[in-house]
Amino acid sequence: MPTNRRSKTPRRKRMSSPSDTIAVDAHGHGEHDELVSHQFEDLNQQTEAYSVGMWIFLVTELMFFGGLFAAYVIYRGKYHEGFIEAHHHLNVPLGGLNTAVLLTSSFSMALAVRSSMLGKWKSQIAYLYVTLICALGFLVIKAIEYTDKYHHHLIPGPNFNTEAFKDKGGELFMSLYFAMTGLHGIHVLVGVIVISVLIVRTWINRNRTMDYMPIEMSGLYWHFVDLIWIFLYPLLYLIGRA
Amino acid sequence: MSQVADYPGSVHAAEKTNYLNAEHSIKSWLLTVDHKRIAILYLISITVFFIIGGSMAALIRAELLTPAGDLISSDAYNKAFTIHGVTLIFFFLVPSIPAVLGNFLIPMMIGARDVAFTRLNLVSWYLFTIGGIFTICCLVVGGVDTGWTFYTPYSSSFSNTSVVLAVTGVFIAGFSSIATGLNFIVTVHKMRAPGMTWFKLPLFIWSNYATACIMVLGTPVLAITLFLVGVERVGRIGIFDPALGGDPILFQHLFWFYSHPAVYIMILPSMGVISELMACFSRNRVFGYDFVAYSSLALAGLSFVVWGHHLFTSGQSVYAGMAFSALSFLVAIPSAVKVFNWTATMYKGTVVLDSPMLYSLGFLGLFTIGGLTGLFLASLAVDVHLQDTYFVIAHFHYIMVGGAIMGFLGGLHFWWPKMTGRMYPETFGKLSALTIFIGFNLTFMPQFIMGYLGMPRRYHAYVPEFQVYHVLSSAGASVLIAGYAFTIAYLLWSLRYGEKASANPWAAKGLEWETPSPPPTENFNYKPVVHEEAYAYEPPVEDPEEEAHELA
Repeated sequence: MPTNRRSKTPRRKRMSSPSDTIAVDAHGHGEHDELVSHQFEDLNQQTEAYSVGMWIFLVTELMFFGGLFAAYVIYRGKYHEGFIEAHHHLNVPLGGLNTAVLLTSSFSMALAVRSSMLGKWKSQIAYLYVTLICALGFLVIKAIEYTDKYHHHLIPGPNFNTEAFKDKGGELFMSLYFAMTGLHGIHVLVGVIVISVLIVRTWINRNRTMDYMPIEMSGLYWHFVDLIWIFLYPLLYLIGRA
Repeated sequence: MSQVADYPGSVHAAEKTNYLNAEHSIKSWLLTVDHKRIAILYLISITVFFIIGGSMAALIRAELLTPAGDLISSDAYNKAFTIHGVTLIFFFLVPSIPAVLGNFLIPMMIGARDVAFTRLNLVSWYLFTIGGIFTICCLVVGGVDTGWTFYTPYSSSFSNTSVVLAVTGVFIAGFSSIATGLNFIVTVHKMRAPGMTWFKLPLFIWSNYATACIMVLGTPVLAITLFLVGVERVGRIGIFDPALGGDPILFQHLFWFYSHPAVYIMILPSMGVISELMACFSRNRVFGYDFVAYSSLALAGLSFVVWGHHLFTSGQSVYAGMAFSALSFLVAIPSAVKVFNWTATMYKGTVVLDSPMLYSLGFLGLFTIGGLTGLFLASLAVDVHLQDTYFVIAHFHYIMVGGAIMGFLGGLHFWWPKMTGRMYPETFGKLSALTIFIGFNLTFMPQFIMGYLGMPRRYHAYVPEFQVYHVLSSAGASVLIAGYAFTIAYLLWSLRYGEKASANPWAAKGLEWETPSPPPTENFNYKPVVHEEAYAYEPPVEDPEEEAHELA
């Protein structure tokens, strides 16, 4: 039986591209072999696959929110005055505070990613904690806002206080407000779980070489969640103020 | 020459450990991350849904034998066509080729050990199954009667059936579709073997890549739309129901923004299969490889800008209608490129009429009819007459059954030896391909005529003038059912009694044929390196002396 001569073929040259933080020797048996799943040739290929996969996932998320943004644009055009009127029921200072909280969390997330690249696990955990606290703070503030809406019967449905609004636009605005911020809130909640897992992982693996991708990908996700809010805040809280 | 020469004896390797006999426990199947095993899991699941959806079709055709609604009540009829549509579209056609053949073949065709995200691949099957269970539950607790399109406000405010269960099922299954699409895109981008450049990829990969792009971009929009339908129904929050301040046209826009591209999710992979079959059974290179590859991407791109042709009669503006009509006509160009190029592939080739090729020729004819009748429907004025008639039903069945299922069956027969290690009985295969072709045309050709004459879709009783067409159609449906049942029967039979397959029973080109049948868990016993282009079939040698020379 002929022997397998191909096994000595050099690894794919084009793989040894951007992420230069990762060392792989000429035969692909890098020092991080235990981090590479069986389907990949080396860590570079795995890293690139994760990165492409994450960006595509964010595209699907964008399309997911896109349906809601489309609905928002159409109804805002249709019920312009109703929307302007209804948005006065939202609490702008709390919304603004939440924007600041989320931006801070994104900043600390970026610092955590940087610490991970530099291999400083202590500061990585510290920054992740800051991010986590901000994320929880965001949810608490959101809950305060929702409770307030509940007491004023502003949640669409059977108990909705239609008296407060001139036309259907008000109720639609509130529907969209809850659908969009609710879906965003679910994403923040997922982010809380992801960041908590990251903190535990970082602690467990503190004395070992860590795969950089989980924190990079979580960082991308978190910035995306932040970015959605950056659009939601002016569209919901600040319309009619320009 | 490619890898074939120095590849360890393929026939003997088939006796050794392969992905099927590597482990036997049920757990090893349910927790597998092997793309080949996941493909088999998908094949089993979609067959279940095919049978459910097919039985509903049988029920519909039985009811329509007579003009009076006498077999089942009108409510039961509404539920029957809804379950028919929901299961066959979301749980059979959408995952059929990508999740079964694509999952099995994409890593092998590009020379990879697995897809990029193996656990995500398994998760996608579980999501699919959970979504399917919701849908079956919906069937058990009394069904749903909105039609597979879930049009609002009927679905969100008026229907008394379990809309929420059905919508949840489709919503969850949508995420399995997204996961599959994401996995394929990353796999094709990042997992190709050395030497496998984009323009050496088999066309099956190109069309599945285009499909994956549609899945990733379109399915989230369907997900959010169905989510909003659920929210409106449960919370009485007005998004689509005009009584609550919503707009039903918005639902139609959002729904068709996914569901028109979904048609291309169903047909594009099938086109990829046909490219493989045409080349192999004509022993010829695919004519105009680049054009066929680009036409897949063009179809994917165009699929996102034609959804408005479903709304010609829904109160969309006339100018939007004109734009959508013109854009819909454009779809004919890449489709025709494919059809002409497949035909040209056969030209001067050595055409072998094995069963996969019979399916593939069937596809060519039926897809052409389905595509051309699509142009009737893309014309604004004609569509006003044909909207919601059996003409539309016949048109999309020619695409989805005549196109997508013929392609799926052709591909299933072609790669059956690779997947199972067994040959199916060839005579039976030819017989069933012929039966299905005849049964299909008999079922749906009369529907074009009655649709043109004014028979509306989704009607449970009809005027007696249409009976002759309905009887023909129902007769055809029984032939079609016999054909499908026969196919399922002999394929199952072949699992145990079929002749053992060699590594490359069709003398086909492509990396998947260079490894044993069934393949080992890691796909290849060596590291594949690609040197030759796709479809390097030798042109037929006309000079016998030259042939003798080459053999020497």
